[in-house]
Amino acid sequence: MSEVRFHGRGGQGVVTTSKILANAFARTGRFGASFPMFGFERRGAPVTAFGRFSDKPVREKTQIYNPDIIVVLDPTQRNSEAVFQGLLPDGMMLLNDSDITINVSHENLKKLGIINANKIAMEEIGLSIPNTVIVGAFAKMSGLLEIEPCCDALQDYFSGKKLDANIVCAKRGFEEIKLFDL
Amino acid sequence: MNTKAKAKTGSQIKVITGNAAAAIGAKLARPDVVAAYPITPQTEIIEQISKFHANGEMDCELITVEGENSAMNAVMAASLAGGRVFTASSSWGLVFMYDAILATAGARAPVVMVNVNRETPGIIAVSCGQQDMISTRDAGWIFLIAETCQEVLDIVVQAYRLAEDYDIQVPVMVHYDGFYLSYLSEVVDVPLQEDVDKFLSVLKDQPERTKLVPGGRLGCGTHGILGGYLELRHKHMSAMERSKAKFEEIDKEFEAIFGRSHGGQIEKYRMDDADVVLVGSGSMCGTIKAVIDEKRDSGVKVGLLKIRMYRPFPSEVMVEVLKGKKAIGVVDRSLCFGFKGGPMYTELKAFETQLGGSKMISFIDGIANTDITQANVEQMIDTTCDLAAGKDVREVTWVSYPEANEPDSEKPDSEKRGGL
Repeated sequence: MSEVRFHGRGGQGVVTTSKILANAFARTGRFGASFPMFGFERRGAPVTAFGRFSDKPVREKTQIYNPDIIVVLDPTQRNSEAVFQGLLPDGMMLLNDSDITINVSHENLKKLGIINANKIAMEEIGLSIPNTVIVGAFAKMSGLLEIEPCCDALQDYFSGKKLDANIVCAKRGFEEIKLFDL
Repeated sequence: MNTKAKAKTGSQIKVITGNAAAAIGAKLARPDVVAAYPITPQTEIIEQISKFHANGEMDCELITVEGENSAMNAVMAASLAGGRVFTASSSWGLVFMYDAILATAGARAPVVMVNVNRETPGIIAVSCGQQDMISTRDAGWIFLIAETCQEVLDIVVQAYRLAEDYDIQVPVMVHYDGFYLSYLSEVVDVPLQEDVDKFLSVLKDQPERTKLVPGGRLGCGTHGILGGYLELRHKHMSAMERSKAKFEEIDKEFEAIFGRSHGGQIEKYRMDDADVVLVGSGSMCGTIKAVIDEKRDSGVKVGLLKIRMYRPFPSEVMVEVLKGKKAIGVVDRSLCFGFKGGPMYTELKAFETQLGGSKMISFIDGIANTDITQANVEQMIDTTCDLAAGKDVREVTWVSYPEANEPDSEKPDSEKRGGL
């Protein structure tokens, strides 16, 4: 089972990112479960979400304290302690940032993926909501998913032109992510 | 859950939240009237139902009331008029409809509602906890509790068979944990409408229940004095007792159509050869099962008894399953003011003499959103094993608040400071 923790802010689509990935896993005959943790819903407030992806049904309904992978949608949180808390050895990090250089470090971090998801989202959907770009980038970095189930999963969240544009976002995330071995 | 292959092809596999599962369950039951008011963490149910109603997927009267008290009064009245009804609430909303909850039960209106468990007013907390359920447990409703999103959907559908059964006619409240389950997205097998219609069609073959008709002369929810009151209360109590066996039957019929069973009043997990047992309910049970599997790998004979039906209290099946076990740890996600142990612990304690010497302890955890982690579950299992081994163990442990487990924790602050 892969345990993934997502960090971002209300309005960035953190929760939707984790939902789409769980959906994509289900489309490959595997299992995914995700949930966010916040009090009142509000735009701009820090949001954490948790995703578990596995070949077997996921039964745990607890928050994730020792993630294999961390996904950071809000670049201002990239070096915060909370983000790296409990990261397991050989950990991976996916970062949404306009600065495509290695500017994070942690003893357990072995693989870093950086994507300028806000820029791609602005170009494709005209909004700085990076979530669907992140979905594609996650698939590429983690190696856990092909891009096809990710694009299929988007049908459950978007329709019409928005669906088409978000599929382009996911594909560009998959193709344009820069990977670094640390 | 029994995860055998589906009995029927054509059902849809979806990744949805517990709240979406509740809304779809309600939609599949084809209610005549829905009245509800939004509240975190239940709001998504009402959003989904409003959407179904707006796009024509749901052919019901949707009453957007100005508050929860009106919601319950509206569905109670519609139910007494013979309609199938649905509502949902949580926490503050639930207690704001409290008088109507009592009246609905007294009138034996077969309302089905969802309550998404959240801490109650008192200390303001937008967080998970079963205290709202505990605050309404003596209202005369049947209470069912779900662990997974699939179980949420299935239990909502099953609840109609139970509430509206001619021999029961008692309102049913379906509970599941706010945040940890309400917002959890996971794989759910959404049944076919025709299968749900078939499952619920049994109710159509039963005698029609008494209903209010415009111009008809009938007292419903009437007042009773002395003998009349006693008769109504005794009938209500008897119907509650009958609902235990009825729920078991409904679960078996559900399995025959949908190919999955969740257990009836309780679910047993690795119980047969277990020496020590945790008793729990709701979303915590998934985590408990995962930890039990790890403990079993290292030779610890531990099992889980999951409470699915909380009102009426399934004492008979619980005693049958727990009898002779060395030690039992009961996990409560709520408090029982006036008692040291949690509510479910305190209730099970009433049957201690029938358990053949099993020792019991109480764990309080998960209140106000505190996470019932794998480490916490491990601690509970270890402590229950210590109890089985005859070690001296506290009767009540607040797992996430160790300060409560200190010897002087119950002393007043003035005494701890060394005087007023």
